[in-house]
Amino acid sequence: MSEELFPEPEWLSEEVKTGTTIIAVTFDGGVVLGSDSRVSAGEAVVNRVMNKLSPLHDKIYCALSGSAADAQTIAEIVNYQLDVHSIEVEDDPLVCSAATLVKNISYKYKEELSAHLIVAGWDKKKGGQVYATLSGLLTSQPFAIGGSGSFYINGFVDAEYRKNMTKRECQEFVVNALTLAMGRDGSSGGVAYVVTIDKDGAEEKCVLGNELPKFFDQ
Amino acid sequence: NVSCQEDSPVFRFGRVTFMLNTSTKTPTGGFSFENTRRNAVLEANLSEKGYSAPNARKTGTTIAGLIFKDGVILGADTRATDDMVVADKNCMKIHYIAPKIYCCGAGVAADAEVTTQMMSSNVELHSLSTGRPPLVAMVTRQLKQMLFRYQGHIGSSLIVGGVDVNGPQLYSVYPHGSYDKLPFLTMGSGAASAVSVFEDRYKPNMELEEAKQLVRDAITAGIFCDLGSGSNVDLCVITEKTVDYLRGYDQPVQKGLREGTYRYKPGTTAVLTKTVTPLPLDVVDESVQVMDTE
Repeated sequence: MSEELFPEPEWLSEEVKTGTTIIAVTFDGGVVLGSDSRVSAGEAVVNRVMNKLSPLHDKIYCALSGSAADAQTIAEIVNYQLDVHSIEVEDDPLVCSAATLVKNISYKYKEELSAHLIVAGWDKKKGGQVYATLSGLLTSQPFAIGGSGSFYINGFVDAEYRKNMTKRECQEFVVNALTLAMGRDGSSGGVAYVVTIDKDGAEEKCVLGNELPKFFDQ
Repeated sequence: NVSCQEDSPVFRFGRVTFMLNTSTKTPTGGFSFENTRRNAVLEANLSEKGYSAPNARKTGTTIAGLIFKDGVILGADTRATDDMVVADKNCMKIHYIAPKIYCCGAGVAADAEVTTQMMSSNVELHSLSTGRPPLVAMVTRQLKQMLFRYQGHIGSSLIVGGVDVNGPQLYSVYPHGSYDKLPFLTMGSGAASAVSVFEDRYKPNMELEEAKQLVRDAITAGIFCDLGSGSNVDLCVITEKTVDYLRGYDQPVQKGLREGTYRYKPGTTAVLTKTVTPLPLDVVDESVQVMDTE
């Protein structure tokens, strides 16, 4: 009876998850990363404008999904490790190195952590690359999607992806994919963040809700 | 009779012996879990007799913060609850961390209190070591690293706000160790009520009076619409030049006046017999504890 008087909302003690849609796509000369901006704790939204594209280095970004605390902590640790590594080699780090560092943490602590990071960036050895690190594996792919909203757009990205897209087409592809996922997944929403990385650096952009493309929506 | 620890050197000056406690062992964390075993045994023994162990007192709170033109305003209610009883009608939920950085705590009262005290010490040591005033981002980082280490078992949700060389900043830190950086934030059981007020009326670069009124309204919404929050509104206004800790800024809930009296005149009840039995008692120990009744 005592619990009924003012039941504490569950989301107070629920772990904060990013329940997300994240996507990363390569094009000739770089990569485009995209994410939504919703952070939920149980059924409540605790942050509606979170940027889930976190910089690991100047030209390497990672997209966060899963438990907010775990993902943010992994990104912070890898950011630090990459800094040390790039000083040691006296050069910009490779995207593969960043992805390997993420994979090492994800694999070693796979029982304790529940976060999935997609690592993408540009380096001068192999150009634009995208790596998926789910559950501690490490694969290089032309594009990768992740998060709870990704299940709704698997068909779309498989059908619509083409090799050798231009930068412009890639950005449109990413925004379209995010819009469709946010439209169908309850845990994704808010605004869309898009980061384009090429040899000249990283360019961040925020697409507000009313600027997103409109699909069939009666 | 000097007991020596492993790492501490012992000096002798004449006939007096000093022990210098310079143990260089890194502390194994601020919390000791030795009592968990004792608590488990006690709990088992008590439940046999039908009693239950006391619950950790949660603050069932509304805390909020927002960034306005000149700085940051933090607000909190002042009720601390123990299940369904109000344990403290006027507790302080806005804690000091550094001269220009304050922190509101929600969740388990003890966790929030001790965490902020530990942060305050660490921040002072850190800023002595760097020789610079502390950054809000540094406080947030230390907080979240500690909370992540304890994987959510320290049940404190905090709003950290302050002004440093980078301007006014506001962060929220959750028990599992995630953080958000936003221009306005609410936390606690009354957060849903308070954030609705912010979402409706927040504008960037508000003036001081308008911003104070908005935070006051948000906390009041939490006080009225959430059973776990109540009593007064505390505000803390932090700008580059000053810090204004406004305790009891607003008292939206006044205690009602009793309409009638419930006292009976002496003699209303007839006394039939009277027996006096003196108890032999000795005063063993006398101590005075001053209660903070602000």
